[in-house]
Amino acid sequence: MATIARPAFHMKRQRVLWGWVFLSPWIIGFLIFYLVPMVFSLIFTFTNFDLTRPNEIAFIGLRNWSQLLRDPNVGISLRNTLGYAIVALPLTVGIPVLIATMLNTKSLWGKQILRTLFYLPYMIPGVAAAYIWAGYLSPDSGWLNLALERLGIVAPNWLFDAKWIYGGLFMISLWGIGNSVLITLAGLQSVPTELYEAAKVDGANPFLTFRKITLPMISPVIFYNLVLTTIGVFRFFDIPFMLKGSSGDPANSTLFYNIFLYRVAFPQQNMGYGATLAWLLFIISMVVTLILFLSARRWVYYAGGERDE
Amino acid sequence: MTTRIQTQPRTPAKESRTSNVLFQHSRKLLFGGSVTLLVIFFLIIYLSPMGYMAVTSVKSQGQIASGTILPLSPEQYTYEGTAYDVYNVPTDEGVKQWALVEGLRNISTFIDPAAPEAGLIAWEGRWRALEPVLAPDIQWSNFNEAYQRANLPRLMLNTLAIAVFGVIGTLLSCVLVAYGFTRFPIPDKNILFLILLSTIILPRQVTLVPTYAFFAAIGWTGTWLPLIVPHFFANAYNVFLLRQYFMTLPRELDEAAMIDGAGPIRILVSVIIPQAIPVLVAVGLFHFVFAWNDYFEPLIYLLNAPELQPISVGIQQFNAVYDREPAMLQAVSILALIPPLVLFLLSQRVFMRGVVVTGVDK
Repeated sequence: MATIARPAFHMKRQRVLWGWVFLSPWIIGFLIFYLVPMVFSLIFTFTNFDLTRPNEIAFIGLRNWSQLLRDPNVGISLRNTLGYAIVALPLTVGIPVLIATMLNTKSLWGKQILRTLFYLPYMIPGVAAAYIWAGYLSPDSGWLNLALERLGIVAPNWLFDAKWIYGGLFMISLWGIGNSVLITLAGLQSVPTELYEAAKVDGANPFLTFRKITLPMISPVIFYNLVLTTIGVFRFFDIPFMLKGSSGDPANSTLFYNIFLYRVAFPQQNMGYGATLAWLLFIISMVVTLILFLSARRWVYYAGGERDE
Repeated sequence: MTTRIQTQPRTPAKESRTSNVLFQHSRKLLFGGSVTLLVIFFLIIYLSPMGYMAVTSVKSQGQIASGTILPLSPEQYTYEGTAYDVYNVPTDEGVKQWALVEGLRNISTFIDPAAPEAGLIAWEGRWRALEPVLAPDIQWSNFNEAYQRANLPRLMLNTLAIAVFGVIGTLLSCVLVAYGFTRFPIPDKNILFLILLSTIILPRQVTLVPTYAFFAAIGWTGTWLPLIVPHFFANAYNVFLLRQYFMTLPRELDEAAMIDGAGPIRILVSVIIPQAIPVLVAVGLFHFVFAWNDYFEPLIYLLNAPELQPISVGIQQFNAVYDREPAMLQAVSILALIPPLVLFLLSQRVFMRGVVVTGVDK
């Protein structure tokens, strides 16, 4: 950080004061929309708070937390979310690396246009995407099943069959990889060409080069995408809700954690238990993020060592 | 490097080198071409749902039920005031396109549209086994119908208002905060910045219950205020993007203005902001697209105020009513995705650079 000329002590104090003034929108926002709600949320977990009867709020001790342990829907929704994450994360982090590698081919034609086209679905509003896919995957007129039938494959009723709906959701989630592709591509472009030339001199084949040079060099970008998509899984709500509401159909398969949280807090208006579910989500997401950041020390490689800060 | 190709080859050694370079060049071209074809192949699959949307949006209910991919309808021929369907009819002189006037089990009457003056033709065979002649028949009126039925003008106006106020709030607050972070000697600035960035990790459902209770208590549920006012308090992504950009701006200009007696606000307005227009445009676009596509918060805050709902929630309710009419649903989806898509295509350079900066610099 470059140093500024500091003419006098009171002048510096004045600048510190101005600094706080400029930061104040964020500091106030952080208190109102993050810190205070977190504290209140924790307090609510010990109450029977119901928004329709706010005056009857009473402390009920740990009853919400013990309900959490007994409620079968907590287990179902956690299992659904985890099951979705285990497949969706590798897909939505890995496929962008493949696409970006193809787009990074030196002699590719129409690079700009192809890049823009891969980004395009990311711009489509979630509701529109949900209904485009609902039609595309429909058993009678959807293109996917028409194509599969032409290949002689008996196609499933994707979004209405508990066995297949995750397949549908994975496909929909792949429409959201535009940002990851773009960032990965930028990461690939910033790998110094000398490294590749050195590998060529040493006679390394393309796969070895990719594994030993490209992957480590873009590992910070992969890590960033992994963190963001993990956060996306913790927020996962819009697409299943647009398709199935908070019903969890078929057979509770779309009862994801946030769908369940919504069901408890809004249709059922049970804010005390809703806050408890929210706190459990907070704890889980903090633990997972912590694990991610700790694991990063083992596999994320920062070329510049210390970064300027 | 390639100047060698341009010189006239004189010696055999040089000639072979030239052809070698040419060979490598064409091999590279071939490789590039095949990778391009592969990418295009993936793209066609990747974007095919958009093709489905486009084609379905201009179909009639009957065309959807018929199962053809393109919006086709049986071709008709009007003979003496009545319209008859045209079929491919095998005859002794090859397949003819004739209009079926009367179909019986084993013998049918046709009229030849190419020679109606010849009168009715009797044909022996089962007409039900014949293939109808299909012609493109595009229902452009679906768009108008969807536009009216979904009340899109109101939905779009609502979305536009929420988005524009949000853009103003985001720009104002994030510029101030980023300016504070880059130009002022605040103690423990790095720790504060880390706290700011860590808010990205927090799922918004975590703070949902108390925030909703708070907005309900002050009477803001059922209004746009919960969707607009929080954006006047800065957010991590955009502050980060602006800070990265402000850090690259030379401090000499600030210092010169300071010596001329300009205060911090004056420097921000007349020195920093004029240099930062591209990044301001990027932040504005990001927020606009975010607000246009946002679903969860409008859903919970405007549940009981349908006249104030934005397009995302409005379409979901439209779907609940028209879920048996795929054409309507696809038409309304197209209309909803046009604004963000057009905005993105017009500004893709600024937009994509912004995405890359937030992703790669972190």
